[in-house]
Amino acid sequence: MSDLISDRNIDRSKLQVSDEVAIQITNMNKWYGQFHVLRDINLTVNRGERIVIAGPSGSGKSTMIRCINRLEEHQQGQIIVDGTELTSDLKNIDKIRSEVGMCFQHFNLFPHLTILENCTLAPIWVRKTPKKEAIETAMHFLEKVKIPDQAHKYPGQLSGGQQQRVAIARSLCMKPRIMLFDEPTSALDPEMIKEVLDTMIELAEEGMTMLCVTHEMGFARQVANRVIFMADGQIVEQNEPEEFFNNPKSERTQQFLSQILGH
Amino acid sequence: MSDTSYVRTEMLEQREPPASTVGVIGWARANLFSSALNSVLTLVALGFVAYILSALIPWTFQSVWNAESLSECREIMIATWGSTHGHACWAVINDRWLQMLYGFYPSHLYWRVNLALVLTLAALAPVLFSEKSPRQMIYLTLAYPFIMPWLMWGGSIWNPISAAVGFAIVFFGTRHLTAMTGSLIAIIASVIAALLWWMAISAPVVAGLSSVIPIGIETVQSREFGGFMLALLLGIVAIGVSLPIGILLALGRQSDLMIVKAICVGFIEFIRGVPLITLLFVASLLLNVFLPPGTNFDIILRVMIMMTLFSAAYMAEVIRGGLAALPKGQYEGADSLGLNYWQAQRLIIMPQALKISIPGIVSTFIGIFKDTTLVSIIGLLDVIGFSTAIRADANWNGIYWELFAFIAVLFFVVCFSMSRYSMYLERKLQTGHKR
Ligand SMILES: Nc1ncnc2c1ncn2[C@@H]1O[C@H](COP(=O)(O)OP(=O)(O)OP(=O)(O)O)[C@@H](O)[C@H]1O
Ligand SMILES: [Mg+2]
Repeated sequence: MSDLISDRNIDRSKLQVSDEVAIQITNMNKWYGQFHVLRDINLTVNRGERIVIAGPSGSGKSTMIRCINRLEEHQQGQIIVDGTELTSDLKNIDKIRSEVGMCFQHFNLFPHLTILENCTLAPIWVRKTPKKEAIETAMHFLEKVKIPDQAHKYPGQLSGGQQQRVAIARSLCMKPRIMLFDEPTSALDPEMIKEVLDTMIELAEEGMTMLCVTHEMGFARQVANRVIFMADGQIVEQNEPEEFFNNPKSERTQQFLSQILGH
Repeated sequence: MSDTSYVRTEMLEQREPPASTVGVIGWARANLFSSALNSVLTLVALGFVAYILSALIPWTFQSVWNAESLSECREIMIATWGSTHGHACWAVINDRWLQMLYGFYPSHLYWRVNLALVLTLAALAPVLFSEKSPRQMIYLTLAYPFIMPWLMWGGSIWNPISAAVGFAIVFFGTRHLTAMTGSLIAIIASVIAALLWWMAISAPVVAGLSSVIPIGIETVQSREFGGFMLALLLGIVAIGVSLPIGILLALGRQSDLMIVKAICVGFIEFIRGVPLITLLFVASLLLNVFLPPGTNFDIILRVMIMMTLFSAAYMAEVIRGGLAALPKGQYEGADSLGLNYWQAQRLIIMPQALKISIPGIVSTFIGIFKDTTLVSIIGLLDVIGFSTAIRADANWNGIYWELFAFIAVLFFVVCFSMSRYSMYLERKLQTGHKR
């Protein structure tokens, strides 16, 4: 997998991380009924960071990033996004959601709306952007993800890779300050994976703060400034990609890496 | 000689397909006579259809249109064909069709009913054919719920206006108070204000205005309503009001708020568990017991409310089916973009859920429309009630088929149109989903 994106060289020196905190998670715990999915999560993400989250299936990766925009509710601890704490206050939740973009494994485009309408919907209704301006912005981002000519088609008429790029464009139209990706490429064929990863790399180069759950270790090596390894609902290890891949400290990590990188 | 190696020396021209596989013959071969069993079935079915038609066509067309009574009809039949058997006496329809359509509605005011029907169609246009009708027509649709009852029942123009004012209070109240107090309080406050207006303030205001500026049209009493018009009236109201209530009930049933959920589930299960006819008896008899003596709560209004609630309970379950069929990802997609609950429902969830439920929704519509005939049991003279009344007349005593055939045709035309429309709508909304 790692060679898929090796032809695209990115200049890591351009990727700046500021000291400003974007996301702060302290002692966060979550249960599904009796099941303790997330245990004492502590994580600080600075603006401009690109974090890849890896770990075995069922380790709570999705649950953790879904807590950041309240698709899941945590029961203990604190999550502060962009200076706003996530509580049950609906106003705060909607505010945070409109500033945090999210891409899903299954795209979750709205099948009854055209690509363009998918992209303009939230800016028009949530941000109250005038329609004309929303369309301009949408076309700009659709060009960026290289599918402006599909704007008037419906999601069902696009390939998986195109749909995922539309989903990214749709999030970007809200001008988010943070992007969350939950296995954006794991429902895609290899060629399409590359299209999507290229789009994500471009985003990283522009300084977007990104949290990305993925099994694309090539992407992690090239783009991430930090790799987080989760198991059993806990953060087991985190490090810079070089160190993480070449010199994993914990046994769980070593085991996981030997499985995923194989051979 | 080996034939594994082969090179074509000349290319073939396109040829006609064999005559036995195309056209009428080809079609009949493929669809009607493809095997021995199939051929036998086809012949039996054709024979059956021919038998039915051979009885029905002469009955329908070799018929009497002009007569004063059934006995006169029979005399004409014997004079013309030598027997009364197998000939329809449409004279009864010819004689009584206005009553069957309009009930006892005053005949010089039929134009008001006709106008109301035309308005209904015009008000439906922007809803049914949204992209083919001009945008301004939506104002007519908004005004329709106030104009239509006024045309039907008549009375002072200030009545529908005061009813509309109540809704305006809710609308503008919610809009302007939201900024100050938050949406929930704003809605509750506006609804209370509107109720206050309807219950207490509007009556004296209307009375005052009517005496100062007496604009109005002749009043028609509810007991003069009847015939097919009554079925249409009840059907239109039950259908039009039960859809939004059904949507709210379906959403309420899925709600996280315990109380809301309990109320919705209780309502739906109760209404669905009780026969409509019981509800209609409650409307006609029981309510009188509970209402303070002297209150005049219109019987047609009571029946409308019961039919609407009945239909809404079914509607809620049909829509819940549509909601359940939507993948969870659609909710998450909407949430992750920061759309609030009502925006997500309106823009993302409902358009898809309703689309999925179209066949079920239209079935419910058709069902409730046909159920309007049950009001004849509680003594309203709808078209069925009228046919009974006509038979009670000495002139037409003993006539059945012609009346029921006429009623069947009336209902069939409306129900079949609804069914065709739903198919058109499904096809129109198909776009987004087929690859
Ligand atoms: N709604 C739910 N109710 C109960 N348990 C759940 C729910 N959603 C997830 N879980 C459980 O929580 C654990 C973590 O799930 P999560 O989806 O976060 O895993 P993941 O790390 O994203 O796995 P994968 O790589 O397979 O996506 C799993 O054991 C899962 O069974
Ligand atoms: Mg997951």
